[in-house]
Amino acid sequence: MKPIMETTIYFIIFASIAVLGGFSTITRRHPLSAALSLVVTLIALAGLYALLAADFLFVIQILVYAGAIMALMIFVIMLLNLKQSEMPPEEQIEKRVLVTLALLAPLFFLVQTAIVRQFGDAAFQPVAEGFGSIKPVGMLLYQTYFLPFEIISILLLVALVGVVALAKRRA
Amino acid sequence: MPGITHYLTVSALLFFLGLAGFISRKNMFMIFLSVELMLNGINLSFVAFSRFFQALDGHVFAFFVIAIAAAEAGISLAMIILLYKNRQTIDVDRFNIMKG
Repeated sequence: MKPIMETTIYFIIFASIAVLGGFSTITRRHPLSAALSLVVTLIALAGLYALLAADFLFVIQILVYAGAIMALMIFVIMLLNLKQSEMPPEEQIEKRVLVTLALLAPLFFLVQTAIVRQFGDAAFQPVAEGFGSIKPVGMLLYQTYFLPFEIISILLLVALVGVVALAKRRA
Repeated sequence: MPGITHYLTVSALLFFLGLAGFISRKNMFMIFLSVELMLNGINLSFVAFSRFFQALDGHVFAFFVIAIAAAEAGISLAMIILLYKNRQTIDVDRFNIMKG
């Protein structure tokens, strides 16, 4: 099989898993099922990153996003352990979501028209060896984007302090 | 061969799915998960543009978005736990102290 065909097949598989997982995420009644659907979407997205030659982000997506952040989410959902009666009364979730999607559809088609008009069937050019691997990304991060990188670390510190302050508060 | 149009379409679809979930759900966890879905849709755009223009800047931005999502996850989960401890509910319709 030619490699071009393979890329198309992989793209179709990953894209459909991502979109179906996304739809499943917003229609589940229980947050735990929704969080697990989101993990599926995130892993499919990691596959799309790999197809786009983003090696470093592929690893980060699986390790940090699908691994750490979603584990934290699932941990908190299980910690609260909500019973069916404590959940907000939501009737006909799928119908509500579908109606909202139908209302948003014109906006989506607007965006879609813009994308097609701007890029049409523009194809990707082949990239150099090592594009998107950890070394070039790290060099860019520590040279051009050094200040934003440091600000991000301050942001994480602020979030940490904020979480501790929230957790120590007595009701 | 999938071009940038296809990737951007998937990205927009994920973003709008997240937006629909954000608007229509009442469960606080579901709203939070919808935001995560929207962030991921945008990340796919960044990476696709990065590949298209052969510049790595998009990867750095996607990396920043992941870091911000981590910070957001920590704070919002702490807030959900605190709200649940105080009010025994995670229904967003029950919280209206900010109502004018």
